[in-house]
Amino acid sequence: MSENTEDSEITVRPELRELPERRESLWLLILGPLIWSAHFLLSYITAAVWCAKVAGRTGSLSCARLAIAVFTLLALSGIGLTAWGAWRRHKYGRATVPHDLNTAADRHRFLGFATLLLCGLSFVGTAYVALGIVFFQSCE
Amino acid sequence: MPAAACPIGRACLFTFGCTLLFTLTGCDGPQSTLSPAGTGAARILTLFWWMAGFAFVIWLIVFGIAVYASRPKRSSHSANASRWLIIGGGAIFPTVVLTLLLVFGFRLMADLRTTEGADLRIAVTGERWWWRVRYLGQKDQSTELANEIRLPLGKRIEFILDSPDVIHSFWIPSLGGKVDMIPGRINKLVLEPTRVGVFRGVCAEYCGTSHALMNFKVVVMQAEDFEDWLATQAEPAAAPRSALARQGKKGFFANGCSACHTIRGTSADGEIGPDLTHVGSRLSLGADILPTTPEAFRRWIAHTEEIKPGVKMPSFGMLPDEQLQAMAAYLSGLQ
Repeated sequence: MSENTEDSEITVRPELRELPERRESLWLLILGPLIWSAHFLLSYITAAVWCAKVAGRTGSLSCARLAIAVFTLLALSGIGLTAWGAWRRHKYGRATVPHDLNTAADRHRFLGFATLLLCGLSFVGTAYVALGIVFFQSCE
Repeated sequence: MPAAACPIGRACLFTFGCTLLFTLTGCDGPQSTLSPAGTGAARILTLFWWMAGFAFVIWLIVFGIAVYASRPKRSSHSANASRWLIIGGGAIFPTVVLTLLLVFGFRLMADLRTTEGADLRIAVTGERWWWRVRYLGQKDQSTELANEIRLPLGKRIEFILDSPDVIHSFWIPSLGGKVDMIPGRINKLVLEPTRVGVFRGVCAEYCGTSHALMNFKVVVMQAEDFEDWLATQAEPAAAPRSALARQGKKGFFANGCSACHTIRGTSADGEIGPDLTHVGSRLSLGADILPTTPEAFRRWIAHTEEIKPGVKMPSFGMLPDEQLQAMAAYLSGLQ
């Protein structure tokens, strides 16, 4: 439950008026799913182009697998960094979930918490997409 | 009150028993995934039982929690315990279960699609609404038939699947998984039969009016019997023996059937419809909808569009019955 004492401080502390949510920036919220979707597209496009233009129908996925592994590392790192930032927002102040008060600080915490959950989902989704290249080694 | 003394209880038991009986009858038969006759089907069945088992356990847990939550004397839990119940039961447990199923499914799929070491290659083309089957031999040799596939026991068979018209899906439930047949694309499937018998294949993707009438027979034979059968299928058609069959052969050519059908050993070389060289030796007619008796042939020729709506072949019901019977005798004699 949020603490009203802290929220009353927000109205008097000028630095808290500069919280990102005061500018209604929601980009961080969708960054995890954006990285997930970019990784999904890049992985499939890489494999499709490799098999259609380079390796052939029965060729090996070798270089494409390596590229997808690199994409996966980058994507998981990006999602991890986003999650770390989200965690810091979620932990802002001393309040706990559900962060449902109509204050700048609780919006800040709520967006951090929602971002954190979406990053968790995106992390698992990205790992599942990449799992395919562990088991499939040829374009066939 | 005991069920025997309660009419409602007896009625419930009777209904439950009948439902169970009807349900269990679907567990066996020529196209049951619960009665596998191939390595692929057996592994898919294993996956099914694991999924069914997990689903049952989850159902028990959810039901148990619901009963626990509706107990009369309830006490509150700590916020920490509740949070971990939600995180553990709502996020971690499903993720672990899904990951295990995904890994199992990926491994299964990779194994089923490995075409290395195949003993036999068969090209199957799905057409509206029948199956063109070609046994591929060495040096571009092939033997074509239709709507029936015979396989040697214990061999790995590679299927090369495509379609010239719409998307079909090739599925022999008793032997393995299904694979789509997509126009402009070649898909592959490997099956390995483990039990002799007659099974049923189906089109598993809706493909038009007579989709439900697009099936085929699958016969798994001992390897040596299969070799003999394939050698027979590769031979040209035998000449008709009876006067009626000879008359039927004349009718077959006089009515233009040879423009669409091939009968090797004759001048009939059409490729629009199924190859009829040994049609009389097959177990079914019209993609597993009629037997191969002379009467079924006569009915098929005279009422094609009634039996299989939307089919390309026109009905020849305007022909005299004597001619229909003669053509049926000729075709059923193509052993």
